[in-house]
Amino acid sequence: MKLELRGITKRFGALVANDHIDLVVQPGEIHCLLGENGAGKSTLMNVLYGLYDADEGEVLLDDEVVHFAGPGDAMAAGIGMVHQHFMLVPVFTVAENVMLGHEPTRGGGRLDLEAARAKVVEISERFGFHVDPDAIVEDLPVGVQQRVEIIKALSREAQVLIFDEPTAVLTPQETDELMGIMRQLKADGAAIVFITHKLREVREVADRITVVRRGAVVGEAKPGSSDAELASLMVGRSVELTVAKDAPRYSDAKLEVKDLEIVDPDGLVLVDDVSFTVRGGEVLVVAGVQGNGQTELADALLGLVTPSAGSITLDGTELVGRSVRDFLGQGIGFVPEDRGVDGLVGTFTVAENLILDRIYGPPFVKAGSLQLRARDEFARAAVEEFDIRTQGIDQPAGRLSGGNQQKVVLARELSRELRLFVACQPTRGVDVGSIEFIHKRIVATRDAGVPVIVVATELDEALALGDRILVMYRGRIVGIVPATTPRDVLGLMMAGIAPEGSEAA
Amino acid sequence: MSAPEDRPAVPAESPAAEDVARKRTEEPENRWSVAFREIVGGSWGVSVGAVILAIIAGSIMIVATDEGVRAASGYFFGRPGDLLAAAGGAISDAYSALFRGAVWDYRADSFAESIRPLMVSLNYATPLIGSGLGLAVGFRAGLFNIGGQGQMIFAAIGAGWIGFALQLPWPLHMLLAMVVGILAGALWAGIAGLLKALTGAHEVITTIMLNHTAYYLLFFLLATPGLLQAPGSANPKTPAMLESAQMPKLLGSGYHLHLGFLFALAAVVFTWWLMERSKLGLTFRAVGENPHAARVAGIDVSRTTVWVMVVSGALVGLAGVTQVLGTSVTGFSTDVDAGMGFDAITVALLGRSSPLGVLAAAILFGGFRAGGATMQAAEGIPIEIVTVIQSLIVLFIAAPPLVRAILRLPKPGQTPRRKAAQPAKEVAA
Repeated sequence: MKLELRGITKRFGALVANDHIDLVVQPGEIHCLLGENGAGKSTLMNVLYGLYDADEGEVLLDDEVVHFAGPGDAMAAGIGMVHQHFMLVPVFTVAENVMLGHEPTRGGGRLDLEAARAKVVEISERFGFHVDPDAIVEDLPVGVQQRVEIIKALSREAQVLIFDEPTAVLTPQETDELMGIMRQLKADGAAIVFITHKLREVREVADRITVVRRGAVVGEAKPGSSDAELASLMVGRSVELTVAKDAPRYSDAKLEVKDLEIVDPDGLVLVDDVSFTVRGGEVLVVAGVQGNGQTELADALLGLVTPSAGSITLDGTELVGRSVRDFLGQGIGFVPEDRGVDGLVGTFTVAENLILDRIYGPPFVKAGSLQLRARDEFARAAVEEFDIRTQGIDQPAGRLSGGNQQKVVLARELSRELRLFVACQPTRGVDVGSIEFIHKRIVATRDAGVPVIVVATELDEALALGDRILVMYRGRIVGIVPATTPRDVLGLMMAGIAPEGSEAA
Repeated sequence: MSAPEDRPAVPAESPAAEDVARKRTEEPENRWSVAFREIVGGSWGVSVGAVILAIIAGSIMIVATDEGVRAASGYFFGRPGDLLAAAGGAISDAYSALFRGAVWDYRADSFAESIRPLMVSLNYATPLIGSGLGLAVGFRAGLFNIGGQGQMIFAAIGAGWIGFALQLPWPLHMLLAMVVGILAGALWAGIAGLLKALTGAHEVITTIMLNHTAYYLLFFLLATPGLLQAPGSANPKTPAMLESAQMPKLLGSGYHLHLGFLFALAAVVFTWWLMERSKLGLTFRAVGENPHAARVAGIDVSRTTVWVMVVSGALVGLAGVTQVLGTSVTGFSTDVDAGMGFDAITVALLGRSSPLGVLAAAILFGGFRAGGATMQAAEGIPIEIVTVIQSLIVLFIAAPPLVRAILRLPKPGQTPRRKAAQPAKEVAA
């Protein structure tokens, strides 16, 4: 089935989220919709899926104009969507989830679970999904849950499949498998829309690439385009994707973590016997799929969680058991994983947020009183230096875009005298243009002789920034390897497989 | 393509760890905290609108209970004009009596008599300013201090005891009584803060329990000879405050308004400075708006909680002190708080938890109190109408966010799906 969007325009108040977007997706083709966060990709797909009404434009299926009042209509017309956040009921089985919404019934309105199971088995076998129809969804790994979503769409005879940022939650291996699945579906004649902002994935599977920027189509790219070409189309200017950095020059500074163990209130061991050293002037990347203990490890490095065993010493000073304020006082800069939650007070102004962890004495506080002039001068300088796009230092930080919020956090943390810098997923949800800037600042911090730890879930970032890469799996260190390690080895490590001859296990 | 045997291991997240991660991101979106923040810190338009709507609703009640209106409604279809005239008359009579009793008595002979109602209103407003500020500080820091009653009682016990039992010259005596009273209020609230910091006990529960504890403690002290009870009396009432401990009348003995009003105004200025210009206030607000970020910024959230309650209790304590040393100087009994600990909640809500707003709201409520009495005396309209109006104000302010939170409704004007809002930010930036 051929899908065509003609002149789709969607406005939210004064903002034009989609500006006369045209898109054609042929059967047996993977069409990539590439764009930064907030470029309007998801809005477009929600229009297509009947979640939003377009202000202008039309949707055509096989050259016939269709109109969807809701997802139900879209599904009935053969459009299936695999959402970024899975739309599954965690406590239901696979078969129950698949039939949810169009339950097959036998006489008297009884559910026909057998039919649903058979359907799951049939589709699963056709594409080699290996999904057990009776498994409870919440027990399944994320990658398999995603396949359930795909089965769900296929079970409704979907001929157009939309994948909305499907790889955000997957390991590199799972991503590769998903690519394989997409190719298979394509061979089966499906028309596939693949929404992403990851360049590598685009190059791997796309037959056609449409780049969206600020709500409008800015061009089509050939599948053979280089990363740099795609990125500059996406951002609107040329972008450096690789971080230029010299070989590390070690300083005397040193962070030592020894036999660290963190147990959550329920007794679950989240960080298990973790030991490593970071020297001044090097970046250690802590890599792994989200939720394998990296967050807790990072939190422990700021005293946010107290380890149940082990030690953290910075230049010989033991830090375990001290307060967060003591950690900050030791010169630890910290960029939390979730800036909206842990990094900023959204209702506070940019200026207030810029001094939030520096209120324990001059220059911003004297005799218990805020020094507004010093604060505002500092804030203006920081906005300038870090290129924070804001209407003013009095604007609430929560109104800034993700990238600019992150720059506020970075500006606050990096404009202090630092002895250790910990950045958790510093570029998550940040536009490509800001990523470049953030990476440069992190490398500059390293070059100033500060030990740097970066928690990363994406291999690209780990390889770009790291001098060494520490991979965690289920709270343990799988290995600490040099940044020259091949991707597939790192991918295996993220799934818990230690390479031969690695530093630690 | 993806046979399991090819796959080395299922790259499963540890479910618990993922859970933790999820909790961290979801908590700030908690709809109840959103509702709380909207209720205590919404816009001024809502405050003004709530007052106007409440007064309109009050009018309907006045009309419904008015004798003349009821008589006229008996022959509504015969002469509908009568009903409307009667209703209009009832409303204008009621509210002009309210105005006469609260602001300006235009029927009085002299200027001095005419402004008397205003002075009465300001006098009623005095304790509401202090207690409203106390509540407002708590609201800004995300704490709901319902313990105004207990804190006022404790402040009254402290100030009162100093006030009649010690012999000191004025103003030393008065100042000492004030300090002791304010500290007592701070201490009583601090207990709730400490319980929250150490055990996580919710301040709403503990402050309510402390209200009862304070009430019965005062009852015991008043009923036991040799403690607070006036010597030679069997009534549960304290002796009169000594002259040297009293807050002098500001405008001579003709008016009730006393020095406490100026202290209350000073408290408004102090609270503004504290919340907007001091480091402590910044930590209070940071903890109230986003305790996670506050914690990452090195702010000790538990300790801040205790300080918030202490400051809140001190301000409420000031209200108790002005009551004892300024308003009821002939001695007080168990009703010393006169419900102000609870009215303070309304005052702080109506004032949007801002010091100037609290001042305005407290004066409005002082006026309701003063005018309500006149309304009852002159027009026979029950003073409870005023209570109803006050309650409706709370309802109008608090209900919309609460209903949204309970029924999980989106805020009107916002697109229900949050995704839609995101492009706006990015493009704007």
